[in-house]
Formats: sequence, C-alpha cells, structure tokens
Amino acid sequence: MAEERRPKQCTVVLPTESMKAMAESIGVGQLQEESCAALSEEVSYRIKEIAQDALKFMHHGKRRKLTTSDIDHALKLKNVEPLYGFQSQEFIPFRFASGGGRELHFYEEKEVDLSDIINTPLPRVPLDVSLKAHWLSIEGVQPAIPENPPPAPKEQQKAESTEPLKVVKPGQEEEGSIQKGQGAISAEAKGKKEGLMRMKPRSTHELSVEQQLYYKEITEACVGSCEAKRAEALQSIATDPGLYQMLPRFSTFISEGVRVNVVQNNLALLIYLMRMVKALMDNPTLYLEKYLHELIPAVVTCIVSKQLCLRPDVDNHWALRDFAARLMAQSCKTFSTTTNNIQSRITKTFTKSWLDEKTQWTTRYGCIAGLSELGPDVIKTLILPRLTVEGARIKAVSEGPVVSNIDKIGADHVQSLLLKHCASVIAKTRPLPDNMEQYRADYGYLGPTLCSHVVKARAQAALQAQQVNRTTLTITQPRPTLTVSQSGIGGSGGSRSPSIIKVPSSLTLMSTRPGTPTQPSPPATKYIVMATSAGASSTQQVLDGSLVITLSSSSGSSVTSTVASATSTLQPLVKLESRGAGGLGGSRPLQKYIVVSLPTSASSSLESKSGMLPPSSSSTSPISLEAGMKMDHTGYVPNGTLLPI
Amino acid sequence: MAAVQDGQLNMEVEKDIKTEITNDGSGNINANSSSPGSTSSGGKSKSPAGSGEDQQTLLAVLQFLKRNKLTESVDILRREAGLSADADDSPVSDSAGAGSGGVPNVSADGGDANSLLSRVSIATPSIETSSGFGCGSGGRACRLQCGEDQPDVNVVLSAYSQQGDPVLYPLYYNGLKKFIESVLDCHRAELSQVFYPLFVHMYLELVYNNHENEAKQFFEKFSGDQECYYEEDLRILSSMSKKEHMKGNETMLDFRTSKFVLRISRDSYQLLKRHLQERQNNQIWNIIQEHLYIDIFDGMPRSKSQIDAMSGSLAGEGKRDANKAKVFYGLLKEPEIEVPLDDEDEEAENEEGKPKKKKPKKDSMGSKSKKQDPNAPQQTRIPLPELKDSDKLDKIMNMKEATKKIRLSPDNLPSICFYSFLNAYQGLTAVDFTDDSSLIAGGFADSTVRVWSVTPKKLRRVKSAADLSNIDKESDDVLERIMDEKTASESKILYGHSGPVYGISFSPDRNYLLSSSEDGTVRLWSLQTFTCLVGYKGHNYPVWDTQFSPYGYYFISGGHDRVARLWATDHYQPLRMFAGHLADITCTLFHPNSNYVATGSADRTIRLWDVLTGNCVRILTGHKGPIHSLAFSPNGKFMASGATDGRVLLWDVGHGLMVGELKGHSDTIYALKFSRDGEILASGSMDNTVKLWDTLKAFDDVELDDFTAATGHIHLPENSQELLLGTYMTKSTPVIHLHFTRRNLLLAAGAYNP
Repeated sequence: MAEERRPKQCTVVLPTESMKAMAESIGVGQLQEESCAALSEEVSYRIKEIAQDALKFMHHGKRRKLTTSDIDHALKLKNVEPLYGFQSQEFIPFRFASGGGRELHFYEEKEVDLSDIINTPLPRVPLDVSLKAHWLSIEGVQPAIPENPPPAPKEQQKAESTEPLKVVKPGQEEEGSIQKGQGAISAEAKGKKEGLMRMKPRSTHELSVEQQLYYKEITEACVGSCEAKRAEALQSIATDPGLYQMLPRFSTFISEGVRVNVVQNNLALLIYLMRMVKALMDNPTLYLEKYLHELIPAVVTCIVSKQLCLRPDVDNHWALRDFAARLMAQSCKTFSTTTNNIQSRITKTFTKSWLDEKTQWTTRYGCIAGLSELGPDVIKTLILPRLTVEGARIKAVSEGPVVSNIDKIGADHVQSLLLKHCASVIAKTRPLPDNMEQYRADYGYLGPTLCSHVVKARAQAALQAQQVNRTTLTITQPRPTLTVSQSGIGGSGGSRSPSIIKVPSSLTLMSTRPGTPTQPSPPATKYIVMATSAGASSTQQVLDGSLVITLSSSSGSSVTSTVASATSTLQPLVKLESRGAGGLGGSRPLQKYIVVSLPTSASSSLESKSGMLPPSSSSTSPISLEAGMKMDHTGYVPNGTLLPI
Repeated sequence: MAAVQDGQLNMEVEKDIKTEITNDGSGNINANSSSPGSTSSGGKSKSPAGSGEDQQTLLAVLQFLKRNKLTESVDILRREAGLSADADDSPVSDSAGAGSGGVPNVSADGGDANSLLSRVSIATPSIETSSGFGCGSGGRACRLQCGEDQPDVNVVLSAYSQQGDPVLYPLYYNGLKKFIESVLDCHRAELSQVFYPLFVHMYLELVYNNHENEAKQFFEKFSGDQECYYEEDLRILSSMSKKEHMKGNETMLDFRTSKFVLRISRDSYQLLKRHLQERQNNQIWNIIQEHLYIDIFDGMPRSKSQIDAMSGSLAGEGKRDANKAKVFYGLLKEPEIEVPLDDEDEEAENEEGKPKKKKPKKDSMGSKSKKQDPNAPQQTRIPLPELKDSDKLDKIMNMKEATKKIRLSPDNLPSICFYSFLNAYQGLTAVDFTDDSSLIAGGFADSTVRVWSVTPKKLRRVKSAADLSNIDKESDDVLERIMDEKTASESKILYGHSGPVYGISFSPDRNYLLSSSEDGTVRLWSLQTFTCLVGYKGHNYPVWDTQFSPYGYYFISGGHDRVARLWATDHYQPLRMFAGHLADITCTLFHPNSNYVATGSADRTIRLWDVLTGNCVRILTGHKGPIHSLAFSPNGKFMASGATDGRVLLWDVGHGLMVGELKGHSDTIYALKFSRDGEILASGSMDNTVKLWDTLKAFDDVELDDFTAATGHIHLPENSQELLLGTYMTKSTPVIHLHFTRRNLLLAAGAYNP
C-alpha cells in the first residue's frame, strides 16, 4: 500500500449558485434548488471529463500548459461544438465581481470599434518559424556557449559560496551534470567515479585553449584603446553565460590592474577596470561572492584613494569615485549577509577615514560618496549629523586664505556632493517650513544653500508627481522635437531649431529624470549632442562647438545663477540611446546620443562640472560616466587616443 | 489454452464491427466495445421499444458481414447477440442457450481448488456476462428495470447489478484488508494486488446501484490505500459519482469489458480462496470471479518490488500466455543488395582510383550477413517492396557512411547537435529526420507541416507537366533537369491538414512524408512535388502517431480510437487493424525487420503485433503513465519505451521481459533512440534534457535463468545511476525528437520555449 497518503481526491462540485447564474444568463429565471444541485453535479462531471481529454491534447502537443485550443479539441472529440473565439495566448482574463450576495467570475468582452481596428496600423508580422543548430555536447562535453544553459547555475554558485558543505552530494544527478558540463578538464570528464571522492578544486580551473583566447581578447579589449571593442567586450562579460570558470582570473586581473594603476595614477585604466567590475556584476549567470575579497579592495581604492590621476586639479577623478561608490553600494546590496557583514564593514571604513582630521579632500569626497550611495538611512544617521563640522571645514577653505587650488576644488566638490545627497533626504524627512535661519542653526555654514536645495527638491518632487502622465506620454513618442520640448517649458517652441538635432528614426527616447525639466526659473540651458559612433572620433565636433546648440529658455532671467545653484541642473536631462545596436549582437557600431544640459554661466567650468553628472539609474551609469569623462578629457587630451569616443 | 483462443475470436469480431462502423462513418466507440459483451441481455432487452435502434444496428452489421461473406463472423455475432437467422427467435430460449453454453453457477459451486482454478482461467470475455447473470435473481430484476431506457450501457453494466447491502461493502473490504495484512510477508505483496481492482469494482457497483453516498464514503475511505500509480484512474473514478455518468465513460468501459489480470502464485491464491470461503464472503468472491483474471503460477511468490515493476497498467499485467508466442526478432538479411552493391562499389572505387584493398573486407561482410539468423523471420514472410536503383544507391551510401561511423562507448560519447525551432510559439508537435539526416520535418499545431533541408542542397520542386514534356528524357542528368530551380528554398510548407499535426514520418527513400493529425486523417506527401498525394481516412478521431516501415511501402497509424491500422501507401483502406488497447494509442513503431509493429498506449501497456497474422504477440506492462516514445535496438532484440512518468523501460522482445529500468528524467520522455550500433540509448524529455545511457551494460547486467524466462518475474537491478552516461541540459527547450546519423552523431530537436 502506498506509504504516504495522497491529498484526498474528493469529488469537487460546482456551487449551485453558478448554475443559477448560468441559467439566468440564458434567460431561465427561477431554477429549483434541486435542479440546480442535479445540474451542478452533471456539469461538474462533464467538465472533468472534458478536462481529462484536453490533457491528452496537451501531452500530444508537447506542452506543459493547457490552452484553450486543447479544450476546443476535447469538445470536438465529444461531438460538441467548440467555443469559438476563445483564443488566448497567455491566460484567460477572468474578472471577478461580487454584489448582491453573489460572487461571479466572468469573461470580459470589450466592445471594439471596428474602425479602430481598421485604422490602426497593422501589428508587426510575427517572425516565421526558423531552425537553428548548435552543439549541445561535443564528445560528451557541453560547450559553454550562449545557446546552452550556463554550466553552473547562479543558485548553485551562490550555494557553493555560502554553504559549501551542502553542495557536494555524491551520486546526485546534478553533480553528474556539472561534472560533465565543466568537463573542459579532460581528467574530470573521465574520472567520474573518482570525482565522488575528489575535493572540489577551488581556483585551479584549467582553461581550454578557446577560453584562454577569449580571456586574452576580452581583457585586451577592456583596457585597450578601441572604444567599440571595449563596448563589445563589456557586453560579452555582462551577458555571456559561460564565464564562470574564468571568473577567478578576471577578478585577479582587476585587482592587480587597480593596484598597479593607482600607483601610476592612470585614471583611464582605472575607469576601464571599474567598468569591467560593473559588467561582471551585471552578468546574471555569475555569482561574485567568492571573489569579493579581491574586488572590494579594488573598488574601495578607486573611491577613496588620495590621488587617482596625474593632475588632480583638472582631471575628473570625481566621476570615477562616484561610479565606484555606486558599484560598492550595489555589491553591498547584493552580497551583504549576516555572516560577511560587508555593508557594516564598508561603512565603518568610510566613516573612520572621513572622521580623520588629516584626510585629504579627495579621500573625504570618496568617503562621503561611498556612504551616501548606501542609501538614505546611512545619510540620515551618518552624514547629516556631521554637516555642521563639514560645513565649517569647507568654509575654512573657500573663505579663508587661499591654500591651494586643489584643496579649493576638493572642497567645492565635497560641498556639492553633500548638498546633492542631503537635500533629497532632508526634503523627505524634515517637516516644513524651510526656514533659512533654522537651517543655518541646524547645519551651520551649509545651511542656507541646503535650504534652497531642499526647497527645490520639494518642488521637484511635487512636480514629478503631477507630471507623471505628461512625461510618460512624451517618452513613448520618439519624435525628435520632443527631446527639446521636454526640457523647456512650453512656449519656447518657436525659438528652437529642431532640425539641428538629427535623430535617427530608430531611436527610442528615454528620459532619465522626468521631473527635472521644469524648475521654477530655469536658467538658459545648453544642449550638447554628442554623436559617438564607434571608432570615428566625432569629439572634435563637440569641441569646435558646431554641435552645441543654445536654446533660450522661456523665462527671462536666464544668465545669473551661481555655481552652487547650477549644480542641481547638472543632470542629464535626456539621454538618447540607439537600441538596435546592442540587441542585435553588436554587428553595427554602437551609436550613442547623449544630450546634456549645462548652465550657460558655468560654461567656463564645463570640464570640471560635467564630470559630476550623476547618472540617475545604475543601468545607464556607464554611459553617463563616459559622457562625463569624454567631455572632461577632450578639453585637454591632445591626441584623443587615450579616451576615444 | 481455451481462454486465449476465445479471446482471439472475440477480438476478430470486434475488429469486424469496427471496420463496419468506421466505413460507414458513424463510428461510435462505445458501441464497438460494448457489442462483444452483449451476450444474454442483448437478447433480453430486445423486446422493449427502446432497444429497437440497437437491434437495427446489429442487423445492419450482420448484413454487412453477409455481404462480405464473413460467414464465420456472422455466426459468432449472431450467437453472441442472441439473434437467430430469422431474427424473431424468442429471447427466453436465447438466454437459456447462453446459460447452457456458459459456466455453471459460481456461487452455488463450492468445489475444490482445481475446479475453481479451471473456471477462473476458462472464463472468457464472451461468457462473462452470463456468469454474472447467474449470481442472483435480484440482479436480474434490476437489469430488467434499467433495460427499459438504456439498453446499450445496460448490457455492459449489468454485471454490476448484483444487490448487496451497500453498508457492508466497507466491511467486506476492511475484512479482506485485515486478512491480507495478517498473512505471511511473502504472500502479502501478492495478495495486495487484489486491492485495487476490488476497490474499483466495488465502487462501480455501488455507483451503479445508486448508492451514491455510500460510494463516496467508500471512495474516501479506501482510495488512499491504493498504489500511487493508479492516481490518474482514481481521479476519473472519483468524478464518476452517478449511474448516468457511467454511460459512455470510456475508462469505466475499460474496467468492465476487460478483466483485470493479476499474477499470483498458487500458494497465495489458495490462501485467499480459503479465506473468502471461510467467511462466506460472496460479494468479494463474485467480483474476483467476474472481473479479475487470476493468472496462477507455480513457484515462489513475488516480492513487492517485482510486482511494482510490472503493474501499473489499466488492466493489470499482461497474461503470461499473451507473451508466449514466438517473435522473430532477428533482422532480415539483405541479399538482393549485395550483388549490385559490390558492383557499384567497385565501379565507384575504380573511378576514384582507389586501391581495391577494401573489396575482400566487403565480401566478408556480405557473407556474414548471408547466414540465416535463427531468430529472423523468413525473408518473404511479409511481401516487401522491391528495391529500386535509387534505394540501392542509398544503401551503398549508407555502407560507406557506416565505415566512417564512430564507435561509441561510455568513454567515447557522441556529440549532440541540437536543432532548435525558434518562434514556434509552443506550436511544434512532431519532428522527424530522414535516415541520412538531410531533411528535417516539423509538424505544427497550426496544421502545417514544414520541411527543412539541413544540407546545402536546397529543396526543389519538380517542374510542371508542361515543362516536363520539353525535357530531353535521354540526357544523363534528367533527374537534375526535371527539378525547377526557381523553387529552390531551404524550407517548404505543406498545407492540407485541418488540425494539429501530431505524427510525422519520412519514408526511407526520402520521397514521401507521412503526417497524422487531429483531423483524423493521415496524409502522404510527395517530397518531389511538395503536394499531398493521399489522405488516408479511417481513424475518425485524432491520429496521434504514424510511422513508415523501415522498408517503406507500409505504414502504421494509431490514435484516439484505440485501433492501430496498418496501411500500404497504394491502398486507401487499411490492410490490418490491430485492436486490443484499452485507451488511446499514443505511439507506434515498426520493428527493424518490418514484420512486427509496436504500439504504446495511454492504457500504460505496450503491445507488439504481428503484421502477418494481425495477432497481438506481446503485452508489456510496467509503465505507470501513458507511453509516449518507443525505440527498437538496431539488432531488433531489445526495445526501449518512455512514458509520462519519466522512466525508460527496457524490454527483451524475444522473451517478452522487462530487463531494465532507467530513472532520471523528471518529465515525459518524448524521444528515444538507440545509436547505430546499439551501445547507447539517448532519451529526450520534456524536462529539457538529453540523457545518454549505457545499454550494453544494461543488457549485460540482466541474468536470465530459465525460471525468470519462464515466469517473467525478473529482479531489476537498481543501477540507473551507473548506466547514466551524461545529462545535457538545453536552454528551456523540450526535446521532442532524437536521431543518430549514420556516423553516430546525435541530432536532437525541439522548440525553444522562452
């Protein structure tokens, strides 16, 4: 007899209420309770019968999901007219309604205007069936190609790194498959039986020749001079499912690279390495936990290092710090567990060096950036209380005797960073009203500016809430003129020359910050459209200003805005990105259009400011960072090879 | 044995009726399966007005049989239906006749073991009802009552009409349960087999006699005790809670019309019998007598695992007698090819300027195959089509390829090339490769059949008749010239079906393609013109699978109507109809020597049919779910089958024995294939994996002594893990078809299912 009791197979019957509802729907008003009961039993039985037949059709259709057509075929089998028109790809959208003490599930039939159907453009013809061949296995070894599932699924990698003891269970089916999958190691493929006793190799992954070649190509491309190749390589790192075995090498490559290049102050290479980290983290098939001991120090170095570039006064190492801080925050979010305590350890490290009096402005900046990326809670508990102290320090530098240019720039950056991060947090937590004096009392030197920022942030949040509809509408319509109209308030349409911005029709438009365009009195903004097509350096065009479009803003007060207030507008308003290139395997050169708004008054500080463009979401950050770096460097890098666009 | 003979006879009748019904197009499965059982009550229920229709059908059948000069069948049918020649024979005399022809009254007879035994094994389908008939006068009254309105079902169900106190049923069952639990361990497993059929029939009796609530309680009380592999059937049973539901329910009819077969050792059987007689437990004894076929063997009682391995089918295990017939599983020798092959080969080699070293080797190969395999059928046992020149060329190609074949072994696994169907939107339902792996065909849910060429050679249509007349027929490249270059493309779509295409098969010569569909037809397509040539009508219900013979010309189809049909491409009516499965035929396959056909069914049995005689020569039980894939080993000796339960079972065709069980898949196995030399079995499943199994080892590990060979009680080694050579995950692509190329490269196909 069966040992475990199965769930009871009792006879489930439809409720009699359903019978009544059905009867009413065909015009039979008063149905006796007894008839209902009899009917419901009969109907339940027939439904079960049909469902059983429908299952047959599902099995023979080699599917796991029962479809409406299966039911139709089952009905046909019983010589019943099928329910025509019940075609549904995914699920049947039954709606639920209750009222008058009754509950109903019904199928909503919408009225469709025929002219609507006629007038709407035809949907795209679905792709025809096609046949594609790939190697599932070569002499018993499954090659790690995108067509095959990743040799070690992410869950397993995670399990391996977090609970190493649980994974290895000899004789398990999964174990066998993994061994076969990883069988690039020939010995492993053969010695399956010894495999049960063998210790798991930790880092001695032997790479096949192909993998070695791939590794070489990828690493060269990642730190090489060709931006197009780099984009492809990063794309590959971010998507390829078969990188599991190369992960130790990549992580060593990155940590060693950072160590060397920090000493040499090679900013560009550091940026490339950080982008690699980003790509690795983006790869859905990789689980980096095991390699954090190499990656985290590298990333932290890029955040807090005293010097990252040869000329700290002009080079934009700030952007790198921002970017690395975001990476750090991301890895904290992903990998922090109660056992490794990454987040608290990182926070401690940042706080400690921040509190140190002797810390330089660069490191200070990095610490604050790193902390503030960890989220509003961290800002609230760790940064806000120290605003006064920090404000005093900034004041000492900016208003006191001129010490050095570097310090001044550093202090400026720290100030804007603090303002940027704190304003939004304060706007959310601090109750109204925003009193300038009150702020000064609470936050010291930074108080008044902070106050105006908070006001702006509040207004912005309010507007954002209002304008959700408008912005989403504009996003969905990829008309080139919209790029412009979105940033200025209406009425300025006549003065623009949309034709200057040539946007290919295939572009999709993404607004990164829907709320930013409308501010109480926006300064006149400049738009720089940079067309970066792989290899061909169109940077010169940006430089000679042929593509710098000036648009007059609607409001009259346009010019005078201080550097401090301008910082808030330093955000990429619109980012255009050609979608096609990435999806189709990168056969075409990647094209990027980046529109950046800049305050006119701050044009002199274009280089330094633009570097701070904060990308709004992590997914777009590499591109934005790139934009920042490009603009930054094209100003002075003479040959342009170091940072080609 | 008498039972077997009668069974065959009965089957013949059934077959005839089915021909009739399918021909006039008013097919009704229920009528089919019920007619053979309509012994005495068919005659009884003749007088009421409601049965007029039934009688008319019978008369029509008789007329048809007469017309076709099937006098023997006429006689049988008449005897069975109780119709005399002038059709107004009195029903009383009929039933009396049936009674006298049947067995003596069961309950009255308390004879010794031997007489009981003989009765059990003699009881045949044709007299089942009459034995039920004799069990009580109360039953007769009830039958007469119900006969008024539903004569058809009534005939079938009448056996359930015996009146027992419904309240006692659980007591009876419990009593038996207690007894079986108290017997010695060695008997317990065997006797436990009785539970399930007993449970089913008691439940059905309760339902039939309108004891709805008792039935429900009975079900709830004891359904949990049944083996888990009967769950599907229990679900169907549970939905059947009213007498009206029994009408037309196919599963119910299966239980009724076929006896549940149990294999029990003599000792265990004696125990059971003694117990039932002591307790005067007639209710249970009657059920055992009427609905169970107890196949008694001498020897050790079987263990639980042995029983579990074999049970699970809808109607119990196959009778031992059913697997006794000799099966010529050897391969046919191919003498005709030899001579031209050598000639052609020589020419070819001479042309290529190769040394003639190979020739002696070839000869030796030829002489080896000339030896007559003792297990092979006679060359002319069934007429096979003559080889055409193109076939010979193909054979030569095959030979050449075979010399380049990779020897597979556990250390030398095949490479797998996976063909993914993209954008198929869940619609891919069947796939087939040609033997030379040059073409792939896919059947789709949108009723289309698509053919792809996977070699650089594109698919071309033959030119139109007008253009063909302009061609110089004497030219050497006439075969090239008749093709229309303009139509060259990598794939072609064949339109014609009006329902999902569930089965697809290339002819061995690559000129034809077969497809079977939900619309009840099998279509033959030409791969020269890419048009439909014939639509074979006969199955009026979905045709789940179709398969060409390895020699072409013949093909087999099977579907929802439970009948497998053997066709020849040039006949629009089937040559053979194989009836006997109790549920849908889900897959069909020809034996490599083309003399046998294997069918897998949703009744969880595999049957092997003799093409020559039309007899069922093997009934293989052991699967716990509908069987969806079959494969013969290249030497014809073994067979593998895969089912929805995710297990692959290996069978020795000659002995009719299960020789292995391969566990590992977690979902339905839709594809099975042996490598060209039979060393490796590849299985593809819905769980997105391809698995490779070491079949040489699997077949070696089985020790066959005389006893197991005689009784079929085999100890299966638990060695699935050792036999598993590799598992290859696909990326969310269920594996629907597998094929070994002539060089032992494994091709797999499935639709990517994002």
